[in-house]
Amino acid sequence: MSAPLLETRALCRNFGALAAARDINFRLEAGARHALIGPNGAGKTTFVNLLTGVIPPTSGAILMKGRDITKVAQAQRVKLGIARTFQINRLFRRLSVLENVYIAVAERIGAATSMVRPAGTRRDVVEESMRLLETLKLTADASRRISELPYGRQRLVELAIALGLKPEILLLDEPAAGVPSAESHIILDAIDSLPPDIGVLIIDHDMDLVFRFAERITVMVSGAVFATGSPREIGADANVRAVYLGRAGHG
Amino acid sequence: MTPSAVGWSEHPAAVALAGRHRLRAWEPIPWAIALAFYFVFPKYLGFGTELLITVLFAISLDLVLGYAGIVTLGQAAFFGAGAYTVGILAKRGIWTEPISGLILAALVAAAIGLGSGLVLLRTQGLTLLMLTLCTMALLEEAANLAHDYTGGFDGLDSLPIAPLLGVFEFNPLYPKTQYLYVLSVLFVCFVFVRTLVYSPFGQSLTGIRENTLRMHAVGAPVRGRLVLCYAVSAAIAGVAGGLWAQANAYVNLGTLGLDRAATVLIILVLGGYGRLYGAFVGAVAYMALSHFLSKIYPTAWQLGLGLLLVVIALFARNGILGIAEAAARRLRPPRPTS
Repeated sequence: MSAPLLETRALCRNFGALAAARDINFRLEAGARHALIGPNGAGKTTFVNLLTGVIPPTSGAILMKGRDITKVAQAQRVKLGIARTFQINRLFRRLSVLENVYIAVAERIGAATSMVRPAGTRRDVVEESMRLLETLKLTADASRRISELPYGRQRLVELAIALGLKPEILLLDEPAAGVPSAESHIILDAIDSLPPDIGVLIIDHDMDLVFRFAERITVMVSGAVFATGSPREIGADANVRAVYLGRAGHG
Repeated sequence: MTPSAVGWSEHPAAVALAGRHRLRAWEPIPWAIALAFYFVFPKYLGFGTELLITVLFAISLDLVLGYAGIVTLGQAAFFGAGAYTVGILAKRGIWTEPISGLILAALVAAAIGLGSGLVLLRTQGLTLLMLTLCTMALLEEAANLAHDYTGGFDGLDSLPIAPLLGVFEFNPLYPKTQYLYVLSVLFVCFVFVRTLVYSPFGQSLTGIRENTLRMHAVGAPVRGRLVLCYAVSAAIAGVAGGLWAQANAYVNLGTLGLDRAATVLIILVLGGYGRLYGAFVGAVAYMALSHFLSKIYPTAWQLGLGLLLVVIALFARNGILGIAEAAARRLRPPRPTS
């Protein structure tokens, strides 16, 4: 069996006395549609931060296609094909929507080191950025500054930036949080139309979204993996219902 | 909405992005004024030269502070490095040719910017601010102690600067050559910085300023970019310092002190940072104000300047140019958003 796209082995991270990640063994296969759920403070975002290299693990290893990337810097992991969205928007607030996506696309294709040519004349970057905005129904807002957009539209830009990196592994940290329900289908449609071979890990509290999207679900509780299985298995698991689904009022 | 078959370059956002680097109608005005000054005020060319050098120095600060968002109080370290490079080489008779002297000044300042930037730019915020200040203070003290080379507290005077292009003499009392020379160098450096900030590299600097964490997350080598920008800015500050030493035939510790670093920061905030022309507006406003205030209130004229700064910081964060932009937006009818 070939090495999984992304794998963690006994991954641990302590913040002082708090074990935010405890002995996590996790596999994300190519083409996976994997969801990560768990109560607040379970360590889901910490796990994404470990995977993307925002914080180093206390112990354990992260492997991409069998290669150890535990010590690889954050920016290098992006070059290897790991992209993410943030739970709370991290956008270039005083720049236009187009410029936000432009920066990501320019970085990916190596245009960002050019010091001479005016940025706007790189038609390849501009065209690709605009096409991305089109898939997320954002072209009408392309000239507007991020700070002028409603929060839900900003979430779409957050996703557009991640997609502009053409990742092999996409980590979505609550992509639909704060998006009005009338617009959340745009996010779902965008996730549905991703290339089938990329591995997607989505964190969300919206169980409708999770059960519609995921082919596999991992439940985290207090920094550790509590259960992993198909949506049907997780939905039927009495323990999971007890610690999470039931208590949170979903399910 | 433009159909994608035609391509997206017609979309207003793409048009705006593709057109933002184009020359705007008002842009030749400051240059025309600077040139006219030469003919109209031949008696004030010394003042004019000082002003133009200050503008160039402020532009170097705008690149790091206004575009890349690096908060520094030590920009005068590079101004001083450039000035002392020209001064020491000229005083010792090693190098007196002005244009290549400026290139040497730029190289020395860039090397110091690169070296210190590699260490300093690991930090940010208040730590970074203090470290830039410390670097400058260290350099100032080094210049003070290395008396044999730098002249210590007295500095180096009567620098023998060779005629420009072998023809035009630098006359400290009647600085016609200096004025046009400085104006030309300022123009070349300005075109360079202007090109840089509108390039994809400049766009990525703006990205770092707006959201450093996100820049890491799109795979940008953030620190490398910042160090490069810091070194380029240091080189330009070094050119400004070199010009100052050549124009005055003189260099002293004042070129790399906190006074100069703070003044240039005030100028940039006053004019409006992150706007290129804020350096021009700020320098003129600062020099005019200090001239005017020191006449009507010679003992405490800086108080007036301080009050004005407080007002700017509280109510007009984008400086004088920011006020002008807001006024222009109000006068112009709103553009239709298609």
